Amino acid sequence: MSTVKLTVNGRAVSVDVEDRTLLVHLLRENLNLTGTHVGCDTSQCGACVVHVDGRAVKSCTMLAGQAAGSNVTTIEGLAKGGELHPMQAAFRDNHGLQCGYCTPGMIMSAVDIVHRHGGKLDEETVRHELEGNICRCTGYHNIVKAVLDAAGRMKVAQAAE
Amino acid sequence: MGVEGIGASVVRKEDRRFITGQGRYVDDVKMVGMSYAHFIRSPHAHAKVKGIDSAEAMKMPGVIAVLTGQQIVDDKVGNLICGWAITSKDGSPMKMGAWPAMAPETVRFVGQAVAVVIAETKNQARDAAEAVVVDYEELSAVADVKAAIKPGAAQLHPEAPGNVVYDWHLGDEAAVKDAFGKAANVVTLELTNNRLVPNAMEPRAAVAHYDQAEEHFTLYTTSQNPHVARLVLSAFYNIAPENKLRVIAPDVGGGFGSKIYIYPEEMVALWASKKVGRPVKWTGDRTEAFLTDAHGRDHVSKAEMAFDKDNKILGLRVKTYANFGAYMSLFSSAVPTYLYATLLSGQYVIPAIYAEVMGVYTNTTPVDAYRGAGRPEASYLLERMMETAARQLKVDPAELRKKNFITQFPYQTPVIMAYDIGDFNASIDAAMKAIDYAGFPARKAKAKADGKLRGIGVSCYIEACGIAPSKAVGSLGAGVGLWESAEIRVNPVGTIEVLTGTHSHGQGHETSFAQIISDRLGVPLSQVSIVHGDTDKVQFGMGTYGSRSIAVGGAAIVKAMEKVEAKAKKIAAHALEASESDIVIENGEFKVTGTDKSIALPMVALAAYTAHNLPDGMEPGLKETAFYDPTNFTFPAGAYICELEVDPGTGKTSFVNFVAADDFGRLINPMIVEGQVHGGLAQGIGQALLEGAVYDGTGQLVTASFMDYTMPRADDLPSFKLSHTTTLCPGNPLGVKGCGEAGAIGASAAVINAITDAIGNNKLEMPATPDRVWHAIHG
Amino acid sequence: MYETNYHRASSVPDAAATFAKGKESKFLAGGQTLLPVMKQRLAAPSDVIDLSKIQEMIGIEVSGDTVTIKAATPHYDVAQSEAVQKAIPALANLASMIGDPAVRYRGTIGGSLANNDPAADYPAAVLALGATIKTNKRAIAAGDFFKGLFSTALEDGEIITAVAFPVPAKAGYAKMRHPASRFALTGVFVARTKAGDVSAAATGASQSGVMRVPAIEQALKANWSPGALDSVTISANGLLADIHGSAEYRANLVKVMGQRAVAAAG
Ligand SMILES: Cc1cc2nc3c(=O)[nH]c(=O)nc-3n(C[C@H](O)[C@H](O)[C@H](O)COP(=O)(O)OP(=O)(O)OC[C@H]3O[C@@H](n4cnc5c(N)ncnc54)[C@H](O)[C@@H]3O)c2cc1C
Ligand code: FES
Ligand code: FES
Repeated sequence: MSTVKLTVNGRAVSVDVEDRTLLVHLLRENLNLTGTHVGCDTSQCGACVVHVDGRAVKSCTMLAGQAAGSNVTTIEGLAKGGELHPMQAAFRDNHGLQCGYCTPGMIMSAVDIVHRHGGKLDEETVRHELEGNICRCTGYHNIVKAVLDAAGRMKVAQAAE
Repeated sequence: MGVEGIGASVVRKEDRRFITGQGRYVDDVKMVGMSYAHFIRSPHAHAKVKGIDSAEAMKMPGVIAVLTGQQIVDDKVGNLICGWAITSKDGSPMKMGAWPAMAPETVRFVGQAVAVVIAETKNQARDAAEAVVVDYEELSAVADVKAAIKPGAAQLHPEAPGNVVYDWHLGDEAAVKDAFGKAANVVTLELTNNRLVPNAMEPRAAVAHYDQAEEHFTLYTTSQNPHVARLVLSAFYNIAPENKLRVIAPDVGGGFGSKIYIYPEEMVALWASKKVGRPVKWTGDRTEAFLTDAHGRDHVSKAEMAFDKDNKILGLRVKTYANFGAYMSLFSSAVPTYLYATLLSGQYVIPAIYAEVMGVYTNTTPVDAYRGAGRPEASYLLERMMETAARQLKVDPAELRKKNFITQFPYQTPVIMAYDIGDFNASIDAAMKAIDYAGFPARKAKAKADGKLRGIGVSCYIEACGIAPSKAVGSLGAGVGLWESAEIRVNPVGTIEVLTGTHSHGQGHETSFAQIISDRLGVPLSQVSIVHGDTDKVQFGMGTYGSRSIAVGGAAIVKAMEKVEAKAKKIAAHALEASESDIVIENGEFKVTGTDKSIALPMVALAAYTAHNLPDGMEPGLKETAFYDPTNFTFPAGAYICELEVDPGTGKTSFVNFVAADDFGRLINPMIVEGQVHGGLAQGIGQALLEGAVYDGTGQLVTASFMDYTMPRADDLPSFKLSHTTTLCPGNPLGVKGCGEAGAIGASAAVINAITDAIGNNKLEMPATPDRVWHAIHG
Repeated sequence: MYETNYHRASSVPDAAATFAKGKESKFLAGGQTLLPVMKQRLAAPSDVIDLSKIQEMIGIEVSGDTVTIKAATPHYDVAQSEAVQKAIPALANLASMIGDPAVRYRGTIGGSLANNDPAADYPAAVLALGATIKTNKRAIAAGDFFKGLFSTALEDGEIITAVAFPVPAKAGYAKMRHPASRFALTGVFVARTKAGDVSAAATGASQSGVMRVPAIEQALKANWSPGALDSVTISANGLLADIHGSAEYRANLVKVMGQRAVAAAG
């Protein structure tokens, strides 16, 4: 057992967990942040993606201890003050989700993709960059549309800042 | 159409919770005192269970109990059931072996549970499971369907000699023989419909709670049909009487058929929660999903088609072997029979059809309905046959299809189905136009100059949805009726709750069902809530599968709404001192035609509940219920055309274009409909190019994780070009047909037809992996 | 996963010392291989020693004709590094093709080499470029490092600290992705040194892990062009065969990826 201290969605937390605890379990079981999902045991589906120190990583493939001292953002921390993040809004407006299970990980990965590529995104790049996120419902068509749409919105939002 | 009514692409009401991480799935449910289950599963495909020693495990930290298959038998928990009785050719009933929730004596597939550990934490349960010693005596196993029926093959169940569950047929054998006698040309095709793993992204899960004082159970489960689950759990598994069992299917992360069935794990969780006196949670992991979720497809078929000298089809003969796995799952028996052979006429006039289907046990995971269920197998077979025939007869594949299309409706096929309406020429014309079919030869030549092999493939599918007329399915052996129910509660202030027996796990019912109400009553969508997924809230219903929710569930809502309207009109007429027949509903107002007198719905509702001034003899309240039983199936149909390129060096396929022209009747929310088509196409293309469950000779699943089983990813798929042609379904009040499975039914043949066109070799099985395509090119 | 003890090392010596104290210690870098294996309970280290926060093990240096990538540098940083893109673009390109973005953020070159998965990408580059693997104890030439499937010259407790790549005149990498896992079904790295020596290494293909491909090397030495490989035949003997690719298919891929790698190298 160890005490893991980290910041989650802007809030400092301190949790006692077994050393084998994965970040995703700390989030779901200890912090009740159940928006982050688990869809596989082989680190491939991306349902568990969160941001750790600004990078989109698979929280099922990181020990809680590895995240100690880090800044973690989960899907629950993305909307600011009740206002949806442009990526969240774009997923809704483009029907980029059906059952919603892959959605939190998809959105967290997508935000990271736009951060890295800025306005230079095209369909092929988005499809390639979504390689680590599996969706069984949407056939990706509307997810790709949503990411491209959000990339535009995020650029506008940035320009306005 | 209003901005929120039928035909409007309204964004989904349910989305906000999902995009903000507030969805509530079964694994998100926590209960005070909750314990955790971990199943001990057979590593062998076929073995005797000689003993289970849990002494060491019981001493491990946190362990509450280790429960075994024998205990479940001793407690008289029922075996799993198959709900559709099929009769063989010779009149004998199908031959089934028993399927206990945990195997007391014999395991018959890798992953079958033999015992369960209940512990304080998930990790402790898993740690202790490793300390349970199961003594197996291995038996020989068989995984392949053709091998299983050979003499000397391993035998699974004494009840089913030769591993044959049934040997069934449909159609007119003599007429087909006649047709082949007259044929100018006969085309033959042998093909495999590959086994698929559904892989909804949310693994199955269950949280069970037993309230000792009330002798009442609550089960949260990943189900597409919580009421059916409750019925089966109480009537057949003897868990508890229905009034003592509440089943809740909260947000469910995809189903595709795999969450229809009532699996051993849910049963065991319930049973165990009473035994240990604690709430029990079980959450499957992906490996368990691969090993224990019902798989789909897995047919081996031979087909022959007879043509006259004008290339008109004379007859079709099909022989299919269907692999059922080790046990008969809930609807499995119906899939390769009444959901498959009845669709073998496709979009074509085929005067004579004869189909034989042998259902076979093997030492593999049980197989049942997966998106499309039987209809993809029929469509794939027919559409590859049409393409093969066109090449053999040296005619354009689209032309051959058009020549044989059914154009008069209603049309009675020789295989039970009576198509009510359709316009197959309209769909194929739309698809051909969208892909510029005429310009293809020039594009192919250009690609060739660039060293690429380009191909085009057509697939014209038809499916039977809106499952199903209860009397008809009853006469064919179904154990249940397939009607649907709805209840509409207009609250005293005019907001509306609609309770439906269907279940939404991605389909967007909370939006499209509300649109139906909004359209009719003129209330804003925000004032309409759809309630589903809880047997304590919703009266009995049959759930969601077989693209039935709108056609059957939506129709039930319309029926209930008609009753609400009728009563509301009476109240309005009374309040406005007008004649009931003069009342019309417009934008949420009840108006007296030809006057400016009106009363708004909330006032009518208030009047209904205050009951101060109701017509004489009228009961207070404004709430109505309807049960709707369809009169026929619905028949969505369409044409898909795929254009792609094959890299001859690697055998890798890349899409150039994929067009779909579907006829789903009326579209309630086109955005949601298109999303359903996209998802279906992805699964159809996945089957064609990527996915395939592979067993080795000993019955081990080789593709038991995403490392080996290829799930479609974003970069495997193209963007799709969709269009719609419309013939309104005459069989239901909305004119809808259903759209959930179409893509999965029609897509795979289009892809394979395009690849075989590109490489000039028709010998290609699904999934057409680069390896297989390369071998097909290079011999 | 079995219970374990997590330690975050502050320096290479600290890591080595902590390792020595554990009963069955394992180093943990990006965790993109070790953690999935532990989750499946196929590994049960008593102690995991996290190398990923050791500052001296992170970063990229270019000096003269050598590019040095410190062992705990994630794939993403290698792919993005302007220095690597300029000196050995094929190496940056290879790093950008490993796994998916989330894997690239965490997975490291040291972890990849220590693990020596027969389908991993980096080993092909390390072998073809003739890199040197630096550890806390010694320097190991690429040719001596890889010892078959999942096995290397590393001793128990030895830590890879950096990998030094000589800058080639030309190099290229082409990879046919495994459809499901996205590792290399077959990947070929070709390089020509400034002295004119040619080497080619294939990953994903052989039953004994990453391998040099002499037939390709000879053909390219005579004529550095994709066409030079047209007449080369690769034997299927000793190649991997599974449901995603027969040995013959992989043999073909060695050649075709070799051609594409040369084309990419220019
Ligand atoms: C979904 C997915 C896809 C992937 N796709 C690819 C791919 O396409 N191509 C590819 O090449 N790889 C792929 N990988 C593997 C990935 O590149 C890993 O990052 C890499 O194999 C291991 O690096 P790591 O830093 O994560 O090591 P870890 O998992 O932390 O460790 C791996 C092993 O190396 C040891 N180790 C780590 N660092 C050192 C060191 N400095 N010195 C000595 N021993 C050390 C550890 O003890 C352990 O035994 C994939 C992984 C995943 C999860
Ligand atoms: S749950 Fe993390 S990748 Fe699947
Ligand atoms: S929306 Fe269901 S898995 Fe993506």
